[in-house]
Amino acid sequence: MKTKINEILKKYPQAQRDSLIPLLQDVQEDIGYLSEEAIALIGGYLNIPTSKIYGVATFYNQFRFEPKGKYHVMVCRGTACHVLGSLTVLEAIQSKLKIKAGQTSRDGLFSIEEVACIGACGLAPVLNINGEFHAKVTAEQIDEIIETYRKREE
Amino acid sequence: MNINIEVNGKMITAKKGETILSAINRKGISVPTLCYMKDFVPTGACRMCVVEVEGRPNLITACSYPVEEGLRIKTHSPRVVNARKTIIELLLSNHPDDCLYCERNKNCELQTLAEQYNVRERRISGAKNLYKVDQSSASIYRDPAKCILCGRCVRVCEEVEQVTAIDFVGRGNKTIINSAFNKGLNVSSCVNCGQCIMVCPTGALHEIDHVEKVLSAINSNKYVVVQHAPSISVSIAEEFGLKPGTDVAGVMTAALRKIGFKKVFDTSFSADLTIMEESAELIQRIQTGGVLPMFTSCCPAWVKYVEEFRPDMIKNLSSCKSPQQMLGAVIKSYFAEIEGIDRENIYSVSIMPCTAKKFESQREEMTQKGVADIDAVLTTRELVKLIKMYDIDLVNIEPEVTDTPLGTRSSAGKLFGNSGGVMEAALRTAYYKLTGEELKNYKIDEIRGDDKRKELKVSVAGLNLGVAVVSGLTNAEELLKEIEAGRSDIQFIEVMTCPGGCVAGGGQPITFDAKRVKARMKSIYDIDKVDSIKASHQNPEIKEIYEKYFKEPNSEKSHHLLHTHYQKRNVLK
Repeated sequence: MKTKINEILKKYPQAQRDSLIPLLQDVQEDIGYLSEEAIALIGGYLNIPTSKIYGVATFYNQFRFEPKGKYHVMVCRGTACHVLGSLTVLEAIQSKLKIKAGQTSRDGLFSIEEVACIGACGLAPVLNINGEFHAKVTAEQIDEIIETYRKREE
Repeated sequence: MNINIEVNGKMITAKKGETILSAINRKGISVPTLCYMKDFVPTGACRMCVVEVEGRPNLITACSYPVEEGLRIKTHSPRVVNARKTIIELLLSNHPDDCLYCERNKNCELQTLAEQYNVRERRISGAKNLYKVDQSSASIYRDPAKCILCGRCVRVCEEVEQVTAIDFVGRGNKTIINSAFNKGLNVSSCVNCGQCIMVCPTGALHEIDHVEKVLSAINSNKYVVVQHAPSISVSIAEEFGLKPGTDVAGVMTAALRKIGFKKVFDTSFSADLTIMEESAELIQRIQTGGVLPMFTSCCPAWVKYVEEFRPDMIKNLSSCKSPQQMLGAVIKSYFAEIEGIDRENIYSVSIMPCTAKKFESQREEMTQKGVADIDAVLTTRELVKLIKMYDIDLVNIEPEVTDTPLGTRSSAGKLFGNSGGVMEAALRTAYYKLTGEELKNYKIDEIRGDDKRKELKVSVAGLNLGVAVVSGLTNAEELLKEIEAGRSDIQFIEVMTCPGGCVAGGGQPITFDAKRVKARMKSIYDIDKVDSIKASHQNPEIKEIYEKYFKEPNSEKSHHLLHTHYQKRNVLK
């Protein structure tokens, strides 16, 4: 992983503090999340303390600090979805998987991400799991949806 | 250039470029502040200092707004007072209701403001933040539930100490001050200096409590002894209604005996011991081509900083233990032998102006055969608690003298409490060792006072010596960069992490009054002025301990007990 990150850093010669967010995005794009090692390496490169980078990264929803699960559940929390009950959907998923948004289940199968508007308001509330859309989802359907993915692993 | 502004109907003159807050404060008008810190760039985050300016639709923050000609300001109009009160109510809306049990009860800025603005009910009720307290550190306890996110700790850590162990994490109402990856201070780059505690307006930050374990030791069959650091006797007086800076060494010794400590020793004695060892080490390094510049190693926060951020410079640190640990080692060896006490039965307490000393006492290197040399470290604040708990009247009890041996000090040892003091004491003894004569009138003005960086060039017995004194790790880092860039005219550097030295340490009574720190500093200089033993090598007990025990500085025995080694630390930094 270290070499991967160093490869990315090479793309930013003479980088200053203002390169921080693009760098974080590139690293996440490449390895899927921001690991401690990655943040320490970026910090060393830009001369920014890790606590500051962590502070910046946690400000934005887009960054995650755990590897993604095999099935990455994106829950739309945009306005339309919210109005139609995406919060209860999110809560149902969290309690089903026993993890919070931003986390990954212990078996590595599932991870949850809260996203701002996906742009499919007509389908609200909407889920996106590894590119597959689930439209007009209710909390009651969550059990079934998750189980179908689980069955694929059996 | 002067600027005229009108404040509450009266004209006042302000200086161009200054803020409204600084202009009105100079005229004795004050407004409440929370996030504001003197000498720091204002952030205007808390909005407590808002004032009403005629012609402006919004209230503006006095701390960050520069004065302009003709401003008409109201500092306490009903609108302003109402805004401030609402801010306080909002801060209290998710604040724990446990003032009675809070470390900072009666000494809390939030509590004071709530009282001042007559907040008498919980008008706004917000969801409580359920955060875990972080007590992973050996020195510092953090309770994020009490944090009001003013950011003062973050700024001190970054701007004064250049450690930046903590920052704002998360966003909106989920924001919390935390270390990287919320991992806990013990694995962060925190050096335990406690300057964050000194600026915290609430009870969100305080030291890890050692009072309870000291009390249970006193009430056990252990032989409990205590040592007090040079700056303690000039710092506690102010907590008992005495003039800041009053030296209460005698009554403090009496109080410690009343509390139940069997022996009261003076860390200034082991400061003298440190000087004997450190000056010998310095002379040896200079004469034998050793690693220079040599850094003092009395400050455990500085030592940890070097281990974390400057591992390549560990070799520059003096191998001497700090005075606390030297005395700790001597108590459980020399003292135990002459008194015939089993060293495992001794419970050794130290009173320090410092939170990092708690960490230092728990370092692996500071144990002998699995027994720690220092069992508990109380801060100045914790000593104040203990004295109050035992209802000791510090004003009316008779002063007593410290125990011997290990209780007599030179005034050079006392100087350790001030930035520059270690250097001054070391130079006095080094001068004597190199020339065989005493330094004329002892006082070295160039390295005194509360400047954060002082330098001096001296020529002793044909030896040209450059010395530097810095306090605050940002200033230390600056000097290290110069040395890295090739500066070679400095052979000896004293570093103290807290700005101004131990008199402003992270374990001292919490105050924002710079005059108090100055008074403590002056008091130490005054003691030095009148004392008869002015240099460490003149201390009769030091002579005695070398005759009877260590033989000479840097001897095998002293290396075993008084010197240590350091380790590179891999932390998230």
